[in-house]
Amino acid sequence: MSASTAAAARYEPVIGLEVHVELGTRTKMFCGCPTVFGAEPNTQVCPVCLGLPGSLPVANKAAIEATIRIGLALNCQIASWCRFARKNYFYPDMPKNFQISQYDEPLCTDGWLDIDVDGEVVRVGIERVHLEEDTGKTLHVGGATGRIHGATESLVDYNRAGIPLVEIVTKPVPGTGALAPVVARAYVAQLRELVRSLGVSDVRMEQGSMRCDVNTSLHRPDEPWGTRTETKNVNSLRSVERAVRAEMARQARVLAAGGTVTQETRHFHEDTGDTTSGRSKETATDYRYFPEPDLVPLAPDPQWVQTLRAGLPEPPRTRHRQLQVHWGLSDLDMQAIVNAGAVELIEATVAAGATPDAARKWWLQELSRQANEAGVELTALEVSPVSVAELQRLVDDGKLTDKLARTVLAGVVAGEGTPVEVMAARGLEVVSDEAALGAAVDAAIAANPEVAQRIRDGKVAAAGVLVGAVLRSTGGQADAKAVRELVLARLC
Amino acid sequence: MTEQGNRAAGPDADLTRWSAAELGRAIGAGEVSAEEVTRAHLDRIAAVEARVHASLHVDGEGALAAARSVDSRRAAGQAVGPLGGVPVAVKDVLVTRGIPTTCGSRILENWLPPYDATVVERLRDAGLVMLGKTNMDEFAMGSSTEYSAFGPSYNPWDLSRIPGGSGGGSAAAVAGCEAPLAIGTDTGGSIRQPGAVTGTVGAKPTYGGTSRYGLIAFSSSLDTPGPVARTVEDAALLHAVIGGPDPRDSTSIPAPVPDVVAAARQGASGDLTGVRLGLVKEFAGEGAEPGVSAAVRDAIEALTKLGAEVVEVSCPHFRYALPAYYLIAPSECSSNLARFDGVRYGLRVGDDGTRSLEEVMSLTRDRGFGPEVKRRIMLGTYALSAGYYDAYYGQAQKVRTLISRDFAAAFAAADVLVAPTTPFVAFPFGARTSDPYQMYLADLYTIPSNLYGGPAISVPCGLSEGLPVGLQVMAPTMADDRMYRVAAALESTVGLFTPPEL
Amino acid sequence: MAAISRAEVAHLAHLARLAVTDEELDTFAGQLDVILQSVARVGEVAADDIPPTSHSVPLTNVLREDVVQPCLPREDVLAGAPDVAEDRFRVPRILDEEE
Repeated sequence: MSASTAAAARYEPVIGLEVHVELGTRTKMFCGCPTVFGAEPNTQVCPVCLGLPGSLPVANKAAIEATIRIGLALNCQIASWCRFARKNYFYPDMPKNFQISQYDEPLCTDGWLDIDVDGEVVRVGIERVHLEEDTGKTLHVGGATGRIHGATESLVDYNRAGIPLVEIVTKPVPGTGALAPVVARAYVAQLRELVRSLGVSDVRMEQGSMRCDVNTSLHRPDEPWGTRTETKNVNSLRSVERAVRAEMARQARVLAAGGTVTQETRHFHEDTGDTTSGRSKETATDYRYFPEPDLVPLAPDPQWVQTLRAGLPEPPRTRHRQLQVHWGLSDLDMQAIVNAGAVELIEATVAAGATPDAARKWWLQELSRQANEAGVELTALEVSPVSVAELQRLVDDGKLTDKLARTVLAGVVAGEGTPVEVMAARGLEVVSDEAALGAAVDAAIAANPEVAQRIRDGKVAAAGVLVGAVLRSTGGQADAKAVRELVLARLC
Repeated sequence: MTEQGNRAAGPDADLTRWSAAELGRAIGAGEVSAEEVTRAHLDRIAAVEARVHASLHVDGEGALAAARSVDSRRAAGQAVGPLGGVPVAVKDVLVTRGIPTTCGSRILENWLPPYDATVVERLRDAGLVMLGKTNMDEFAMGSSTEYSAFGPSYNPWDLSRIPGGSGGGSAAAVAGCEAPLAIGTDTGGSIRQPGAVTGTVGAKPTYGGTSRYGLIAFSSSLDTPGPVARTVEDAALLHAVIGGPDPRDSTSIPAPVPDVVAAARQGASGDLTGVRLGLVKEFAGEGAEPGVSAAVRDAIEALTKLGAEVVEVSCPHFRYALPAYYLIAPSECSSNLARFDGVRYGLRVGDDGTRSLEEVMSLTRDRGFGPEVKRRIMLGTYALSAGYYDAYYGQAQKVRTLISRDFAAAFAAADVLVAPTTPFVAFPFGARTSDPYQMYLADLYTIPSNLYGGPAISVPCGLSEGLPVGLQVMAPTMADDRMYRVAAALESTVGLFTPPEL
Repeated sequence: MAAISRAEVAHLAHLARLAVTDEELDTFAGQLDVILQSVARVGEVAADDIPPTSHSVPLTNVLREDVVQPCLPREDVLAGAPDVAEDRFRVPRILDEEE
């Protein structure tokens, strides 16, 4: 039993998630600077997003529309009137030393998202959806890890300052027991599908266009809820699950030892799967929120909201049901695909010619394993659905065995090229040519005279030993079937 | 008691005494070149600046180049507009591309903005010639220009006295004839009060009527750029150039400026029949010097002789305007000034390789800001703090609502409200710097309009012990024309004011 | 009774990143105390059911289209910077964790 499951036996977890989504608008939230990723530092900056004295923000209509659509898709109430607010604190990646965000008047409130977990439906309440501007990027130089600790200086790039950011905050989710980590992961995975279906963001955790903070607390049954901690640096679906697991286990240890859980922000570590304490603060930061005087209130026209509601795409769950039927999968199998964030990948692989089962096998087994090892999302791997389909074709054509295919795949992920290219470059193709194999077969027979004799005597099953020997001597590249035929032909 | 201003008499009359309207007309008619006008003003600056210190930066070359460009256009037969070629000085709180913009503060000493404020762009587009940037109380906080980090400006009426603030430089420049026009900004009275104590016309448009894009923010919900001039018509002409909607300022009013020039000209005819002047009961006997009260009384009487009626109105919440302002403005400024941290521009102090960023920021801000700015930042930080927000900032914003309701009720009974602009004439240097609150009292009558957002103008109405007194005319929001009409009418009967020779 | 203590003023100075000297602290504490007592008068107004005004202009929905506009050239962006390295703004070591 894992430590978190043990924890859930004694204590009940309550989880909450804060997800930030970078919108894919053409321009920033409050100015017309472009949002294209990867530009040279400080080349996508203007007086407004640089916070130069005298500059003023003007709100991006497309960003507001996208936020309302997210709220509607999450069954929220859309505010009839709301404002932006200033969140005041000093940090060099924030040019104005305040962030324009929303405080007590968010654009969307009080919604829910039904998610499928382990064959059940869990309703996750949505507290609020609001809009804010993102910060610039700081590089910490001089320390060992690239983090602040030990750095001697920092370098700031404001290209990303002002990118529109939607913050989606759940209501606390109690009653999930030992499944809490899985529920957390499923929520993020399914929220991602939902946001992607709206076309408002590419929601790629590995690129930072979707970020997640997880809140966890434990309490004894029938007692008030415990102190919660916030865990940051949760950069993949797998990390969401691991972070909740780690916190549940850690908090349980603290409580079991008679201690109290400190309210704090913790940092999740990919490599160890543990959380460590951030700088602990005696009191929560007072952001001195007040309504943003440089912006006027938003009062979304009810007709407009209605049009947006009517124009929402079909919810992913509906689409998933259809795919599930089409692919002939069980509920659990489909949920596994959704929670691995692999729906679109498998769809594309099937479109490229593979069967659903083959696509599922590759993405959920071998590629998921590789993604986990590398600590990244599936979508971050350097392999396209087209390549996966091509790989399966090679197996179907007998050019690769399953095992060889996995090696080829590793090569593709490492960036060596398409499956066909990697197979050729590394010389991994299955050899079934009689002439090529003949020598190896003869060598195996010569090396195993007793076995050979048994085969001559009629123990055909012993051929397997010689086949194994040939496979080993050819590095697994011999076509086992062809080898067997050759062995039998020689000896029978 | 009043002095008639010197009007232009002929081609060799002193160009620096002419009004902007006259200069614009003469330049447009080819009677005098823009270059000649600019040179005359640059010479005047050279002659008097040492005593007046109105300017922080004079851009002689830029001004002459702009003037020549106007002359070329005129020579090529292109229209140059009513203020084409007329010199203007700009308060150093508005960004000017490539020209130092300091806000009167060490923290921005020598900062060259990479962009122009909308108001500055409009001045250029209308062919005005920018002479330079004028002195001000640091970050627009003050009523005397004594809080400028670069030394105060001096009142041309009496060089031992303050020219008002925060826009004392603009007012002193215009009063001292360094420029016929200037741009100021008014948050709590910073255009009007200097106007009153220097015998010039200073107008605060309706909030949102002039763009704040490029105006370095002090109190975002109150700051308003506006005109400074020696005549009401000049102020109206300048107001018409700089006003109007700006898509880069979300709080700018999406409607054209009312026809303030026509209103000023109408007022100059001297007929105010049927116009109801509201006298705010709560301002009577409240803290004004006797000489100021007397001059204002006389002015109101003069207006009644032009046909206006006086009506007493009650604005019971006006007595809370000053405290509400000194909660709202510092709160907004504490946030607006947070960006000055030594990271991206401006002063950086103490970065010797041993200190953390937090220490460098704190040293930079402590050395870069003057005491008044620091006081207001701390006050504002306090008023916005959790636990204090409701009692201070929150409560002040409610008082603001009540003040606006008082104005609405008053404007049901009166067309404009009249009052002294400021309780005292120009005071000597040092008279009010030992107790900050004494300085704040200078804004007693001007602040209500800022909180309400309505337009208000100060027009010279008399002298008290040889020093100018201003009458303030306040109008409903969006009715800027109304105040120009009444101000022009007063001017037509009391005449123009010229300071003694410098 | 003082409206604000020296310690509170020191705290405010820290929040506002102002490295005030001890001398300044004493002066400011006295001055802020006087000012606070004066501005606290706003509390005399009964305003429980009065809505606050954050804008004198009753505008709503001022928005812009999602259309790219020219940026500042990088030289202009970095021109006023006290310290630049690798085309970025260089700052000394930061103590606080990122938010």
